Amino acid sequence: MKSTNTKIIKTDALIIGAGPVGLFAVFELGLLGIKAHVIDILDKPGGQCAELYPEKPIYDIPGFPMITGQKLSDNLMQQIKPFNPIFHFSELAKTLTMIDDGLYELKTSSGLVFNAKIIIIAAGGGSFEPKKPPIKNIDRHEGQSVLYSIGKINDFVGKSIVIVGGGDSALDWTIALEKVAKDITLIHRRDKFKGAVSSVQKVMKLRDENKILFKIGQITEIIEIDNRLTGVVLESEEQKIKMDCDILMPFFGLTMNIGPLLDWGLKIDNKRIAVNTETFETNLPGVFAIGDINTYPGKLKLILSGFHESALMAHAAYKIVFPNENLVFQYTTSSSSLQKKLGIH
Amino acid sequence: MIKITFRDIKGNDKTISANIGETLMEAAVKNDVAEIEAECGGACSCATCHVYIDKDWLDKMPSATEMEEDMLDFAFDVKSNSRLSCQIKITKELDGLVVETPESQF
Repeated sequence: MKSTNTKIIKTDALIIGAGPVGLFAVFELGLLGIKAHVIDILDKPGGQCAELYPEKPIYDIPGFPMITGQKLSDNLMQQIKPFNPIFHFSELAKTLTMIDDGLYELKTSSGLVFNAKIIIIAAGGGSFEPKKPPIKNIDRHEGQSVLYSIGKINDFVGKSIVIVGGGDSALDWTIALEKVAKDITLIHRRDKFKGAVSSVQKVMKLRDENKILFKIGQITEIIEIDNRLTGVVLESEEQKIKMDCDILMPFFGLTMNIGPLLDWGLKIDNKRIAVNTETFETNLPGVFAIGDINTYPGKLKLILSGFHESALMAHAAYKIVFPNENLVFQYTTSSSSLQKKLGIH
Repeated sequence: MIKITFRDIKGNDKTISANIGETLMEAAVKNDVAEIEAECGGACSCATCHVYIDKDWLDKMPSATEMEEDMLDFAFDVKSNSRLSCQIKITKELDGLVVETPESQF
């Protein structure tokens, strides 16, 4: 039985991935009068540009001799504003099924249900997820005593916590949890941190006031008693010691995983989705794949290629969304109807 | 062209030919060295092209920049001879280089 209280979100187009190519797809679809919802596993738009290299310069975006990843995402967000896309962040696309002739149902990790005429997969290298250190048996404790993110601060009251890492996540959570934890040990491979200056200063102050313990080294083993995590082994060049703890929190950044979409019945070629280069449609009618996630003869994983693919995809999608309409090709420089859609008078 | 050998954690060797001027990561990816993932494609943004370079060879290449050191914080099992292969430019002095790869780029 279907739950009756799940509200189904109906849309013409559902875009998976809010990276540069997913964002530009909103634009190309919007010009043709196709409204889009966008989901992304991250909590912000920009994809890899915003998550992996926001400050790094990109030199091969046409018309921009140099632009940072963050600026490119910001500009795209501004460019697609007239089309009012609806974003759903921190959502992982889990299942995709065709429920009716020409209608797809997509469910997300939090239980959102979308019905869409077309699905555009612009998922880049896949969904971002925390890097899990290759320590024996660590997977047995994930979600219980090994945590890669923080749910409720109250769950950490009176706990003995080991935090590993030297970036902003490790520092931020050291600062936040210090107030409630029984004790905190921060472990990092060196005596230098990459995080925000103010966070580094706060952590150094906590260390100097003996409110946290800081150790140089890395975690190499998990100690278990009766299948319960009771501590970790810390190794450095000088020593190898056992440390008791209730909770281990490794913060080594994010990695990309192609994830659930491998099970959607798509034709996959070397972990990429095969597409027709005339339409960028996959083997599933009405499901398109653009940007780094697709593959075809001669494919180049460039943002500019993804932009080109967005335009061709949108023209093919139009025929599915408006089967009885005739699409007249137009330019934004001269078409008053396109300019109206862009909010230009 | 010079020869470079990639040695995995089990001691299996794979010797490849590499061009002067390309990066160690590019040469590895081109030659299907499975242990080098290079998720970000060489932007020094992901730490999934982590390698260990023998100390004698480290002297034959420029040392890691601050950016590379910062990024190594996101690799696992980092040692004093850890490097990111996307930041190592191949020169003729590196002919015969042996590169060890970690258990996982995770």
